[in-house]
Amino acid sequence: MHLEINNLSKQFDTRQGPVVALDDINMHVETGEFVCVVGASGSGKSTLLRLVAGLDMPTAGEITVDGQVVTGPGSDRGMIFQSYTLYPWMTVQKNVEFGLKLQGVGPRERREMASYYLDVVGLTKFARSLPKQLSGGMKQRVAIARTLASRPKIMLMDEPFGALDVQTKETMQQFMLDLWNRTGVSILMITHDVDEAVFLSQRIYVLTAHPGTIQREVFVDLPSDRTYTIRRDRTFQDYREGIMDLLRGKAAPALVS
Amino acid sequence: MQAPIAVLWMMGADAFQVCCTFGLTPVTPASPSFSTAPTASQGMKPSVFWRLADDIPKPMSTALMVLSIAVPFALWWIVASLDLVNDKFLPSPFQVAQALGRLWTDGFLLGDTAASIMRVTVGFLLAALVSIPIGIAMGAFASVRSLLEPIVGVVRYMPAPAFIPLLLIYLGLGEAPKIALIFMGTVFFNILMIMDAVKFVPKALLETTYTLGGQRRQALFQVITPYVVPNIIDTFRINIATSWNLVVVAELVAAENGLGKRIVLAQKFFNTDEIFACLIILGVIGFALDLSLRGLMKATCKWAMD
Repeated sequence: MHLEINNLSKQFDTRQGPVVALDDINMHVETGEFVCVVGASGSGKSTLLRLVAGLDMPTAGEITVDGQVVTGPGSDRGMIFQSYTLYPWMTVQKNVEFGLKLQGVGPRERREMASYYLDVVGLTKFARSLPKQLSGGMKQRVAIARTLASRPKIMLMDEPFGALDVQTKETMQQFMLDLWNRTGVSILMITHDVDEAVFLSQRIYVLTAHPGTIQREVFVDLPSDRTYTIRRDRTFQDYREGIMDLLRGKAAPALVS
Repeated sequence: MQAPIAVLWMMGADAFQVCCTFGLTPVTPASPSFSTAPTASQGMKPSVFWRLADDIPKPMSTALMVLSIAVPFALWWIVASLDLVNDKFLPSPFQVAQALGRLWTDGFLLGDTAASIMRVTVGFLLAALVSIPIGIAMGAFASVRSLLEPIVGVVRYMPAPAFIPLLLIYLGLGEAPKIALIFMGTVFFNILMIMDAVKFVPKALLETTYTLGGQRRQALFQVITPYVVPNIIDTFRINIATSWNLVVVAELVAAENGLGKRIVLAQKFFNTDEIFACLIILGVIGFALDLSLRGLMKATCKWAMD
């Protein structure tokens, strides 16, 4: 898998005139990478992800996955939204099967795949539950299982834990990291939470706001099997503070450059 | 003469007890107070009866629901038994029950009820069949909405009964004009309400479907449509009341049978007890329709119920 974004710009026409949301974005994600994009509100980071998903079209530039230009949404780029997007009338099992059903996979194979990924996210016990019976964190795990079951080349995540309370969020971050280590899925995640980005990713793109441009690419040189204790590490804190300074518009310390 | 008063008195006592039990203090005139007793706290006073947007205890709810039927019934009974009004104008519950029995043994009750129900069923089913696809299409596609919303918006404000003369001219005196009236009077409201429900399908749910590999067609039939099923049932529950109105209107104007026709005939012979009987039957059947659609909702859309 090779995701490449070249000279990407996005302009919105509003009543007050055109607004440049993203300007000349260049970035890439490789197989098995966990990449985060951080930016303050107004940096166009959600727009960026929607463009990669094919839900919006760029004004200029192009996005390619394995050399193929993105022209619309597709199951090779599975997306996790911040709002829980489970189908409320389907059981958890049916939700996870649904992507496969849309793609024409037969019932038996669907059931097996869904059961496998429900096990991966630890929700086998809830297969027969309705989404409304689940907590926010569990709903998001179902959404992740549903996306993984469709075997995407890359999983796109738009502030997936933004609506969760602090404790659940931390649990979900650990879960996400373990899941990534186990499955090797490529992930491009958008977040405003710098701590989350440093904890999860191997590389971070830092966006400026108005218009959104890439300010810096940060390589996070931390072990991949991280646990919450790593937050106490000096290196971790340096990354976090360095990126925070970038977002504040101050000169960044040497480590981050 | 004694019985109804006793009933009312008991109802009154009940009501009083209900109020007291659930924390509604009877109002007493405020007396000026010069004491230095602690002043009332500044918080909101607790209440059970007046809680906003909240449940009340089950026994209280049941008691109030019983009162809702029992009080008007008792009032009717009392007024009728006091001989204040000529019973040609206000028949007593007993006389109405007798009229009901008479209509039953004469076979009119069953025949008229069946005729009215048949008209409502056919007219409303046709309206439902037409309104589901059109309503969903209008909600889902801005193009279809632009094409149809103006005309639907205008026509729905033309009162359906105003079409009766035309319907009689076009369709004659049989079942067709009555069914057509019910169809016309409900189809546009069904369409607009279903259209509105579709507009509330979360966009993220559709976008999720696309990123799972779904096509527009699949999103329309496998996501939008099941999502609005509860709204469709609710729409039908509300609009079937209109069709129940219209069938009587149609029968009042021109019909050989039906509950509306029975009311017109009863008026000719000054049989107010039969009019009352028919009104009660109309109310009970309408209420039963409402309940059965609620039951359908409960049975098929558990996911959408609290």
